[in-house]
Amino acid sequence: ELRARLRAVRHTVLVLSGKGGVGKSTLSAVLAHGLAADETKQVALLDIDICGPSIPKIMGLEGEQVHQSGSGWSPVYVEENLGVMSVGFLLSSPDDAVIWRGPKKNGLIKQFLRDVDWGEVDYLIVDTPPGTSDEHLSIVQYLSATHIDGAVIVTTPQEVSLQDVRKEINFCRKVKLPIIGVVENMSGFVCPKCKNESQIFPPTTGGAEKMCQNLNVSLLGKVPLDPQIGKSCDRGQSFLAEAPESPATLSYRNIIQRIQEYCEQHHLPEEKIM
Amino acid sequence: TRAERANLAGVRHILLVLSGKGGVGKSTLSTELALALRHAGKRVGILDVDLCGPSIPRMLRVQDSAVHQCDSGWVPVFVGQDKAIALMSIGFLLERPDDAVVWRGPKKNALIKQFVTDVAWGELDFLIVDTPPGTSDEHISTVEALRPFQLLGAVLVTTPQ
Repeated sequence: ELRARLRAVRHTVLVLSGKGGVGKSTLSAVLAHGLAADETKQVALLDIDICGPSIPKIMGLEGEQVHQSGSGWSPVYVEENLGVMSVGFLLSSPDDAVIWRGPKKNGLIKQFLRDVDWGEVDYLIVDTPPGTSDEHLSIVQYLSATHIDGAVIVTTPQEVSLQDVRKEINFCRKVKLPIIGVVENMSGFVCPKCKNESQIFPPTTGGAEKMCQNLNVSLLGKVPLDPQIGKSCDRGQSFLAEAPESPATLSYRNIIQRIQEYCEQHHLPEEKIM
Repeated sequence: TRAERANLAGVRHILLVLSGKGGVGKSTLSTELALALRHAGKRVGILDVDLCGPSIPRMLRVQDSAVHQCDSGWVPVFVGQDKAIALMSIGFLLERPDDAVVWRGPKKNALIKQFVTDVAWGELDFLIVDTPPGTSDEHISTVEALRPFQLLGAVLVTTPQ
């Protein structure tokens, strides 16, 4: 069933981090908006953070409900070519806590993949919760029915984040999940008034750059802190659209391009059709 | 069991540090709270139940420590300037610090139960329990295991957005 559903998905990218609060959901949303800017591409964003689903708010879809039809659950559409699914849409109130143990979470993730009618999708982006546990094992397991292009791993510059991210890199290697690369968020802050650059989260052990060198993974880019990012997320607006001139936007666009290039280069369309 | 009760019997207050959200500073607060209470002359312990991302050992500069067993269970690692804060974290059980703990719920639950009942804390005024983000296995298991004891309450951490 999963295989049938996912057959029409050309590229799948997982957004991971060992660490919480580093900007996975932010990046997932930016990636989704960035890829969907090309109206010929169909983009799907799946939020499997069951305890803390941020995607509905970040995509401006709070309060939306999921509809069922003969062909399954319908994603919630931000644009014609950008569909979103999250447990957030299944809650009666946004403050309801989903206090589930692993097996129940796994069940919902499987349902998302099996019952959501995504249709033809060029890019499926999967936003995950922090850690290396049930959700991560399950998504890799269930998506083995299709082809995962790879994982984008998110971190911030400080060692407390990197130490969790190294574990995540090892997790990817353990489950044979290709690593597209690492994104370093909150990488410096440029004051809009005096233009001075500060390191709010100093890279005391060399930041993502050093870690990527040591572990032989690509550094896709560094995104500086921009208060507009948090604001856009809170307001459910596309940061790329709200702040086209921000240095963070430039970084994000480069990262999106590199992810696209990776997917296009490593993918063999012929296999999919068969 | 009698042994289970004994290990937490000498702990006067148990405090959970929680947040739904990751990366807001739970571990940072847990550490600073422990240090501040110690500075005020209290006997303090920290239990780090973040199995996937244990941050407390590094924050207290004991990431290379190992733990030992005694008759009543595991001996915590003693940290801080006067080595008087007792710490237990899964970080100490990893062979290599970059090893991912890729466990499903049931295995995590078993370890948390052990952490709660099998550590020889001794006499403590405060036991601070640092948790991972979310509302799942670790949280359910920790609260269940702590329920028979002096659970003071929870401190919730957030950031402004």
